[in-house]
Amino acid sequence: MKLVIGLDGQSSGEKALEFAKSIAAHGDNCELIVVYVIEWSPFSFQTAEENAERHKRREEEISIAMERVVNPAVASLKEAGHDARAIVRHGDVADTIDDIAHSEGASQIIVARSSAGGLTSRIFGSSTANLVMNARVPVTVVA
Amino acid sequence: MTRIHSMLLAVTAFLAVAVPAQAQEAAASLDARVNEAFSNATGWFVNFIFMSIPGTNFPWIVMWLVIGATVFTVYFAAVQFRFFGHAIGLVKGDYSDPNDAGEVSHFQALATALSGTVGLGNIAGVAVAVGIGGPGATFWMILAGLLGMASKFTECTLGVKYRNEYPDGTVSGGPMYYISKGFDELGLPGGKILAVLFSVFCILGALGGGNMFQANQAHAQITQITGEFPGWITGVVFAAVVFAVIVGGIKSIAKVTEKVVPFMGILYVGAAFVVLIVNYNMIGWAFGQIFAGAFTGLGVAGGFVGALIQGFKRAAFSNEAGVGSAAIAHSAVKTKEPITEGFVSLLEPLIDTVVICTMTALVIIISQQLIIDQATGNYMLNEAGSAIATVDGNSGVALTSAAFGSAISWFPFVLAIAVILFAFSTMISWSYYGLKAWTYLFGEGKTTELVFKIIFCVFIVIGAAASLGPVIDFSDAAIFAMAVVNIFCLYFLMKVVRKELDSYSARLKSGEIKKFTH
Repeated sequence: MKLVIGLDGQSSGEKALEFAKSIAAHGDNCELIVVYVIEWSPFSFQTAEENAERHKRREEEISIAMERVVNPAVASLKEAGHDARAIVRHGDVADTIDDIAHSEGASQIIVARSSAGGLTSRIFGSSTANLVMNARVPVTVVA
Repeated sequence: MTRIHSMLLAVTAFLAVAVPAQAQEAAASLDARVNEAFSNATGWFVNFIFMSIPGTNFPWIVMWLVIGATVFTVYFAAVQFRFFGHAIGLVKGDYSDPNDAGEVSHFQALATALSGTVGLGNIAGVAVAVGIGGPGATFWMILAGLLGMASKFTECTLGVKYRNEYPDGTVSGGPMYYISKGFDELGLPGGKILAVLFSVFCILGALGGGNMFQANQAHAQITQITGEFPGWITGVVFAAVVFAVIVGGIKSIAKVTEKVVPFMGILYVGAAFVVLIVNYNMIGWAFGQIFAGAFTGLGVAGGFVGALIQGFKRAAFSNEAGVGSAAIAHSAVKTKEPITEGFVSLLEPLIDTVVICTMTALVIIISQQLIIDQATGNYMLNEAGSAIATVDGNSGVALTSAAFGSAISWFPFVLAIAVILFAFSTMISWSYYGLKAWTYLFGEGKTTELVFKIIFCVFIVIGAAASLGPVIDFSDAAIFAMAVVNIFCLYFLMKVVRKELDSYSARLKSGEIKKFTH
């Protein structure tokens, strides 16, 4: 069994991790994949200078995400005796988590309840809501 | 410090209130002095670049660009048409590996390069071309745009292939790098000297077309709405904002511009469509004028050759194909296949010249700003005989503004904002191109970079204060001088591109390069 855990760097991610641990505890050979998506669009507009520095920035963004969010999560899963690994990728949060879960053949996606609220989420929607609506893999939203 | 500041402010305010007449006179004479000094200093250079081929009135430089574009079109067997669909697929991201997400995408590279070229050339430059060369200039402009796609393809492929990648992950590229590295690789002599020569012209081009022309026409557009005031005032304001961005590192201004400019471009084309739709019964007539003018000139100065020269000149000035500037912008893309950047870049002359410039030309023709002699059906020349007489005696950006204004009365205000933003984004782009050439010559470092940036800002003031004639001549000359070196070197390096093209198209055919399913 493979589980994909989508994190967004908020404290609510802890709950998603705990929930994944509790499921993994029931089954044998459960692989946990921690996914962190850096919001990014290939269709945004940038200056020439930003383009020239893009590769450097990307590396920085990935290493920060690894350091602050993903590595601690993987460490805590491993500590609990689970088989865990991490993926950090740029893209649209909902689409990318779904793509990874689909291509990895995961049986479930676990995410925390959307932390954004109010006006922003009304206008732009939330990544969690988008994921639930469009995912090709069953999604569990942890409250 | 603050006290001195406020005292100065008080004195300035007093002077402004007390002696407005003298102040204005002084300002006007400052404009005139800047103007005179400038045309004296640059005249010889302009004359050389625009020298006619002996026995004709055809400038050799225009011939040079068109021959270059034709050679590349033939050598790569019309790559701009064969790979057009593939270029669209690349921009859409069909061939982008999701594992590379977060790097500069093809779309971003295209958008950045376009925001450097879509500018006043499309609005003011086309008005100059149609104002002098008549509607027929449009035909030659479109033709030059289509051929120019092959030049752009060649230079941008090389730009990515031979760029410098630094340990910190940043990149530098452009003609100066592919000329020196490419020539070394092929065992040809003189690469370094040619690269230096290109860099010198690139700096002049950045200060000319990428800076002074923009400042000048932005000022012209502003006075169109506010009434006359000295150009150096606009110059100082522009210089201050550009200074804040490129020296002060206030990236937010540049970021906002980069986001607004594409929408301005869409708005501009949209408005042109509105004018065309309102005058839909004139579209056929306008194309008739374009074709007739292309081969007869319809009475313009220099006949059909005059139309041809203007069309070719404006196309090259607007889309910069063969100039080498786009190669600097495109070289930032992290791609395993340099040639994919070439495919993407060939869309630029199409969007810039064949779409946007043609829209401007059609609006000017359809709005009948150019006066036709009813007796002969030919265009009437102005008193000097140098350009076609217009309804209000307008030329350059003012002509475009009047043409749009005749159909949509409030559009000149939108156009003024668009012009200011286009001018600003083009300046930002060219400050980067110029800087890359500057650091190629003098080395990378904070102080050398600062020196260039300050020079750049000073030229904004000069550009806004000088009158259109000398500025447009110098701008054209400097940008075309880049093309002299660049195209010369491309002839030697094009076999490198051909190798890439052959290998890539074979792999595309065999299915080795395939679309990623998203």
